[in-house]
Amino acid sequence: MRYVDEFRNPQAAQWLLSKITKISEEIDRTGDNPISIMEICGGHTHSIFRYGLDQLMPTSVEFIHGPGCPVCILPKNRIDECIKLAEHPKVIFTTFGDVMRVPGTLKSLDQAKAEGADIRMVYSPLDALVIARSNPDKEVVFLGLGFETTTPSTALSIQIASREALGNFSVFCNHITLPSSIKALLDDPFITLDGFIGPGHVSMVIGTHPYDFIAKEYGKPIVVAGFEPLDLLQSLLMVLEQIRDRRTEVENQYTRVVPEHGNPLSLAAINEVYELRPKFQRSRPNEIEINRLSIRKNYRAYDAEEKFVINSDVDRHSVTAEPDGCACKLVIMGRAKPTECPKFGLSCTPEIPLNALMVSSEGVCAAYWKYSRMREIKVSI
Amino acid sequence: MCLGIPGKIIAINDANLLMATVDISGVTREVNISCVASKPLEKLIGSYALIHVGFAMALIDEHEANRTLEILKNFGMASEMLQGTQNVNLADKHQEDLGEHHEIR
Repeated sequence: MRYVDEFRNPQAAQWLLSKITKISEEIDRTGDNPISIMEICGGHTHSIFRYGLDQLMPTSVEFIHGPGCPVCILPKNRIDECIKLAEHPKVIFTTFGDVMRVPGTLKSLDQAKAEGADIRMVYSPLDALVIARSNPDKEVVFLGLGFETTTPSTALSIQIASREALGNFSVFCNHITLPSSIKALLDDPFITLDGFIGPGHVSMVIGTHPYDFIAKEYGKPIVVAGFEPLDLLQSLLMVLEQIRDRRTEVENQYTRVVPEHGNPLSLAAINEVYELRPKFQRSRPNEIEINRLSIRKNYRAYDAEEKFVINSDVDRHSVTAEPDGCACKLVIMGRAKPTECPKFGLSCTPEIPLNALMVSSEGVCAAYWKYSRMREIKVSI
Repeated sequence: MCLGIPGKIIAINDANLLMATVDISGVTREVNISCVASKPLEKLIGSYALIHVGFAMALIDEHEANRTLEILKNFGMASEMLQGTQNVNLADKHQEDLGEHHEIR
């Protein structure tokens, strides 16, 4: 596949790895105090595991996995609201597949579907529009979820519905902004990071300037990266070069897709339809404070929260409400590996997940389970 | 959620609704091109775009792609001259395990 296969060349990877090893030696850190680089995006986490890049690293370089999985930081009460909406007899509830098996307080959307709720997995919000057009006697709700990569698609779908006066379509908005979640990490005194691999597809929409604060205010290097193995290795090399040279800059490795100032058409659609959701008081300290979006008044006819009077407080609940004994919150903040969680692989598996991190296509526990669970299991006889 | 995949724009289906057909590794699909419609639509045909949830989210800049590849190609050539470096197996673990092809989303 064009623009994919070229970025998987093993010879180039070998060279990049030898450079990474050489520069990490120049930085002079040991395995006890490794150079910690966070890949923010869950898509990057999965690429790293899928191609075994973590196993190719010198011992002095460690990947820390970041919070870039929108399903994983969706408060549990919002899943409960989804189920309530889906169980409304007039509603056809449409969603991406990632969310289906995420446990709510009592059940998941998957379980609600098994019990008879009309829940349909779609590939695109445009598919939800098609369902709305062909079911005029039903209310079609689409679960709007994701960072800035996905936000333009639901904004444009709302604009299309508005132009067509498609009155039976609405979006349950749970969109969030990515830069705010990085700021939350940087403010956490328990997390020590040396640099970041920045998200590629969020940046294709917002550009690279929203990360300026990371370099300027927090003095950390960040390199926006593509998703193929060579993209990730080259980006890591660029981060390490910055650390070695004591530079802190925002650099862009994924120039073939990410323009410096982002995509003005996508940004215009986001700004036209969405606004920042007013903040509620946080209930506990050390929770990730994230900027969440809501639908502007001009488009309230397409806002499921207005239509079905949902006023659950998205910030009052823990970002990752975790069941007893789980380590979800530490994992999502990059403070623990999934394998350090006592539930991982025992009472929490993709078949019977205790939380979203194990079932989302970008969840870090899912990545560990899928690609590397056999590596770290220690057998004692 | 943030996964995207390159597809080639092969036809404009509806200039008013901004819908086009893209070819993704031989599979065709209709996508919305609102986010890449800043130049005359006919000029988009033949371009590669990053496809995400049914929308062409960005045009792939061929010049920039080639520039990155050129650097990487030079890396590859240099690595052939290196001796004693570890052998790299970038086999897709997912395909190895499940025999699946690229995830399209």
